[in-house]
Amino acid sequence: MSGAKSWLDRAWSGLLWGTMAVFVVNVAMLIATVATNSLARRWLGTWLPDGWTVNWYVQAWKDYQLSDILWVTMEVVLAVVLLSLLIGVPAAYALARRDFPGKRALMLLFLLPLMVPPMTYGIPLATVLYKAQLAGTIWGVILANLIPAAPFVILVMTPFIEQIDPNLESAARVFGAGTARMFTSILVPLLAPGILAASLLVLVRTIALFELTFLTAGPDSQTLVVALYYAVFAAGVRAPQSIDAMAMIYMVVTLVWLLIALRFVNPTQLVSRVKEHPRVAA
Amino acid sequence: MNTQTSALARAPFDRTLLLAAPATLFMVALFIYPFLYGLWLSFEPAKGDWLANYHKFFTADNLWPTIWTTLKLALPATLINVGIALPIAFRMRVKSRYQRLITTVLVVPITLGTVLIADGMLTYFGPKGWLAHLLELLPFYEGPIRLTHNYWGVLISLVISGFPFAFLLILSYITGIDPVLARAASTLGASPAAQFRHIYLPLLAPGLAMCFCLAFVQAYSVFPSAVLLGAPAGPTRVISLAAYEAAFEQYDYSLASAIAMIMGFVQLIIVAIVLGLRGLFYRGPVVGGKG
Repeated sequence: MSGAKSWLDRAWSGLLWGTMAVFVVNVAMLIATVATNSLARRWLGTWLPDGWTVNWYVQAWKDYQLSDILWVTMEVVLAVVLLSLLIGVPAAYALARRDFPGKRALMLLFLLPLMVPPMTYGIPLATVLYKAQLAGTIWGVILANLIPAAPFVILVMTPFIEQIDPNLESAARVFGAGTARMFTSILVPLLAPGILAASLLVLVRTIALFELTFLTAGPDSQTLVVALYYAVFAAGVRAPQSIDAMAMIYMVVTLVWLLIALRFVNPTQLVSRVKEHPRVAA
Repeated sequence: MNTQTSALARAPFDRTLLLAAPATLFMVALFIYPFLYGLWLSFEPAKGDWLANYHKFFTADNLWPTIWTTLKLALPATLINVGIALPIAFRMRVKSRYQRLITTVLVVPITLGTVLIADGMLTYFGPKGWLAHLLELLPFYEGPIRLTHNYWGVLISLVISGFPFAFLLILSYITGIDPVLARAASTLGASPAAQFRHIYLPLLAPGLAMCFCLAFVQAYSVFPSAVLLGAPAGPTRVISLAAYEAAFEQYDYSLASAIAMIMGFVQLIIVAIVLGLRGLFYRGPVVGGKG
């Protein structure tokens, strides 16, 4: 019995590891292709290019006004992180600590933006923002990016808040602290790891969020990912190498933040952490 | 819990709830309101009666097939992503060096973004890319295989960006299941396959349903890669593209809203089906004993 079984087991294991290896190797080659092309002097159908150069980076930096784009990206991302924390953390606190009628409906309201395709609400949203004269400005982009970011903060923070002993808050209340004082002196210091994790996750996700920025950005409010799309979309005008150089800059920007994030966050948290609360047996 | 409920009954209003007000107001103003506005707008076409947009969508040859085009991409992509991620995540459920290493490696494709993946695929899978070079070394290689500017290009890019996401999400659900349950089963002689079938799968059902829905939303709203890697005029003319064209190329916001609403509706049907299937499974806590 055990002979046939272990053979099957090993075959199955090999199949899984093989699949994984094919995936990882191909993705690595894909990234290496972009990296090589961005540094290649001339690369036409050979294994490796004729020579190496960093000119494409210089050219991409000038042609696409990357310094402006990076600046806009940074402004948008910082604003989205700060604002989503500012409205998300208090809401997560209320959801974690209180039971009230309509709580499930509220949870659903915060879950829906993650379950509906961005295009579905992005197009009506862009229409509304155009009417409010906000589309095309950096504020329109920030507001649009907040829609998935704020619910995400709430979903990440709620379990963190539930772990904090409510007695600490009661003690603060006994000593006469108001809600604002309790937040700044008790909750924020205790929640610092959670807040750090949530803000890094929002940061990485906002850099990569394409659709909503694409729908609401104007020429002066493009983030890096949208600028990159336009560069590839209008290919033919510029050398493909300089587009690849821009793609590499995008990847490095994201990777740096990601490596910082990984020091504080378990990678499985990078995707949305939507935990159902264990129901109490009736 | 009891004291909270009684306090709620005594006090007319709990001021802590006000903390949820800014987020709620924001979501109502920027999510619910535009959504309802879009719904209303979709019934206010430029010409024709109130259903003209929907009538147009289901009769125009370049509009209604986009639903099937999108589903034909999104459903296989989601099934592949979740289907491959589940056994691999199950294999790696025990904490080890490998788990940390693999999860870190798999995080990288998530952050590449669809545009970089598309750009990389165009070169790597291209007629003179490394893949073609490698395949030429094989004896039975017959000629260039086309993996870009068609259906397969978009499907592959959906797997590259979607698989790590599905894997990490399922892994976080699997590691959330108390291993004591599986250990108890193994004491009673259950093989890993039996443990999976009778313990993990039922407990994972809610997580799997959620993962399927989130992975599906990602694949279903495919837009940049369908344009850059697919054949946006035909085989990969997805529904997001149709909505985008209506809004920003024809400036028909009313029709665009109608397409967006149909898109959301189809998505909700899929979610409802998945959650319905999930309802067939066991419901209960994922921690055993005194958890």
